[in-house]
Order: sequence, then structure tokens, then C-alpha cells
Amino acid sequence: MIVADRKNVREIRDMIKGHKRVLLVGCGTCVTVCLAGGEREVGILGSALRMALKLDGHGGVVVDECTIERQCEDAFIDILAPRVAEYDAVCSLGCGAGVQALAERFPGTAVYPGLNTQFIGILESQGVWTEKCAGCGNCRLGEFAGICPITRCAKRLFNGPCGGSRDGRCEVDPELDCAWQLIYDRAKALGILDQFASIAEVHDWSTGPDGGPRRVVREDQCIAGLGPNA
Amino acid sequence: MRGVRSRKQQNYKAATAGRALRENNMMDNQPIILAFCCHYCAYAAADLAGAMRLQYPDNVRILRLPCTGKVEVDYILAAFERGVDGVIVAGCLEGGCHFLEGNLRARKRVERAKQLLEEIGLKPERLEMYNLSSAEGARFAEIVTEMSGRLARLGPSPLRPDKTTVERRIDEMTQQAEAAVAGETE
Repeated sequence: MIVADRKNVREIRDMIKGHKRVLLVGCGTCVTVCLAGGEREVGILGSALRMALKLDGHGGVVVDECTIERQCEDAFIDILAPRVAEYDAVCSLGCGAGVQALAERFPGTAVYPGLNTQFIGILESQGVWTEKCAGCGNCRLGEFAGICPITRCAKRLFNGPCGGSRDGRCEVDPELDCAWQLIYDRAKALGILDQFASIAEVHDWSTGPDGGPRRVVREDQCIAGLGPNA
Repeated sequence: MRGVRSRKQQNYKAATAGRALRENNMMDNQPIILAFCCHYCAYAAADLAGAMRLQYPDNVRILRLPCTGKVEVDYILAAFERGVDGVIVAGCLEGGCHFLEGNLRARKRVERAKQLLEEIGLKPERLEMYNLSSAEGARFAEIVTEMSGRLARLGPSPLRPDKTTVERRIDEMTQQAEAAVAGETE
């Protein structure tokens, strides 16, 4: 899932204080699970913002709350449209995709981010999320015993480990597991260590995030005759 | 344990409380404290303090919870948003929670709420978590006195509604309750 965390209340307050009516919009998907932008967090932020605005001399700004099932899909934003019409700004507690989906859908309304979107990750333990995928567009987890060296090795080494691996930890942070130690241990347990006898190929970064937004097109799913631009 | 009050009793109590607040002019500048009290310790301690005839400031409003683990950050913020001057979360001694770790969770949530209060621009000292046992009536009185003193030093919450608004609201609520009581007696 996409993991995010809340922006400082003061930062959000300063973004919205010039408006009269602001709608906080939560998202019921990833950010609800990572406890950053679900219904409860929207309630907490709403309360915090109303107080912060009042203390800053902007008590007249109306801050209301609502949460939709998913912000990154137009079909789910539909139900929001009549409400947004009553406000002059929206503060989205969705990930960056959610914020932009709202901005695209409501061209006449200011849209602000309430969260800092962090990474694609998993729940490591209660209250702790860690990054697991860099979204490089060219997955090679099959070569590395299911552990991603791009995301989890500080140097993104494809032929590790480096000299900074100490007792299974990374020299960058003693709390951090050495990804290559993990890869080695798992490969050994799986009996596939011989795969690592040869040098791993250079990674093809052409599928990566540099060079503008990427897109995935499924022609068979596109509306007939209209193509991907429908 | 006290039984559940009937609707009639609740209305009567609300009407009486409203009238008392207005007649005795109790909306003066004394700090208002909301205390989230665990049923198994602080609430019983407050009861004991009363039975022991201990003196402590009467500006504390006690809200009984099954455990302080029920306290959420939004409860605390909602209280401050409505203008209370301070909030106490009072749970069992660490290691003594009836639900094992509710009080430990509450402490972490209180820390989180304090951090939010700081960002909002309210003094985090307005919020405090205490641990006590049900046998500590005197400690309960001491906690309320201590918090009341601290809030008097900090001054009223800048979010407190002005006196006219409070009085109007109390009048509305009192009238509603009185009308309900009159309706029931007919």
C-alpha cells in the first residue's frame, strides 16, 4: 500500500487560511490503513485545524470533514462533487494521486495536500511501516530471493553486499537490516545460492520514474475505437 | 454501581444543573477541567474522595470510561475545541490495568495529543495523564488541585467561548430540559 504521514498542522493552516470554506477529504483506502488520512484522522485534523485557525485569528474559516472510499478514481469522486461545490478549497488527506485526482476533477476549487506521501510499503509491526518497493517498473525480485535490493539496500547494489555490512546490519543505520544479508540468508535457505555465482545484469532504468509520468495501457480494456485517450 | 438514570431523571438533573449554573453565576473565570476517569481506579478514587469528605476544586467535570484505553486523540481534541481549559486522563497504576494495557496505550495517545496541541498553538501542559489506584481518594483530590492550580497559572483557554455564548447555550439547554420535565409530568 501507499504509506503517508500527516503534515504539520501549522503548515496546513497556513495553506488554507486565506479561504472561507474548506472541506477536508479523507480517503478510505491505503491512507486509512496506514492511519494517516482515514475518517478518524480527518476528524482529528479537522478539530486541530479549527483550533489552530481560531488561535491564529482566522476563526471565520469554516472547516468541514468528509471521507470517500477512494480518491484516486473518478467514479468514487462523483459523490463528492455536490459537496465540493459548497466550498472554495479542498484539503485532501489522500496520497499525491488522490490530491491530483481531486485537482483535475475540480478545476475551479483550490486543492491542498494534508499528507506527505512517503512510499509503497507494508506494516512492519503495529504502528511501524517500511518501504518495500520503489516502483522501478522492471521488477527483478525473482533474481534476488524476493528481497528488493533497490529499495532495501542503501546503495541499491545489485551485486552485494558491500563492506559496510556488519552483523547483518547496514552501516548507514544500525537499525537497518543489510538487504544483501537478507538475500543471502533466504537464498541459502531456499538452496539457490548458486544463482549468485554470476554477476547480476545492469538494471534497465528506462522504465523508472525519470522522463515524465509513466502510464500503463491495456488496449483490450480501452473503449473500442477511442483508444487510450478516451 | 449506580443504576442507569431514566430519561425523566436525566431531564430533571439537566434542568436543575442549568438553573443552578445561572442562579449562582458559576460561569466565572475558574478553569474548567474535563477528567476522563477509568471506572476501575480514578472514578472509584473520586467517589472515595467524596465519601472521605475531601476538599478539592469543584471545577472538574468527571467523565467515566470503562478504561482509559477508550480515550482517543479526537476525544481530547473535541474537549479543547469546545473550550475546556484542561484535560486530565486518569487511569490505573502501570501494570494494574483491568484490561492489561489500556492505561499504557492511553499514555501514548496523550503524548500524541500533546504534540498536536503544540502544533495547534495550545500549551501541552493543559493536558496530563495520571495513574492512581481506586484506594487513592486523597491522590485524586491532589491531582485535581494540582491541575486546577496549573490552569489558573496558564490562564483561561484562548478557545473558551465568551460568557454570553455560554450563558445563551445554558439557557437554551435548561429551557429544553424544563420543557421536557413539564411534558413528562402532565
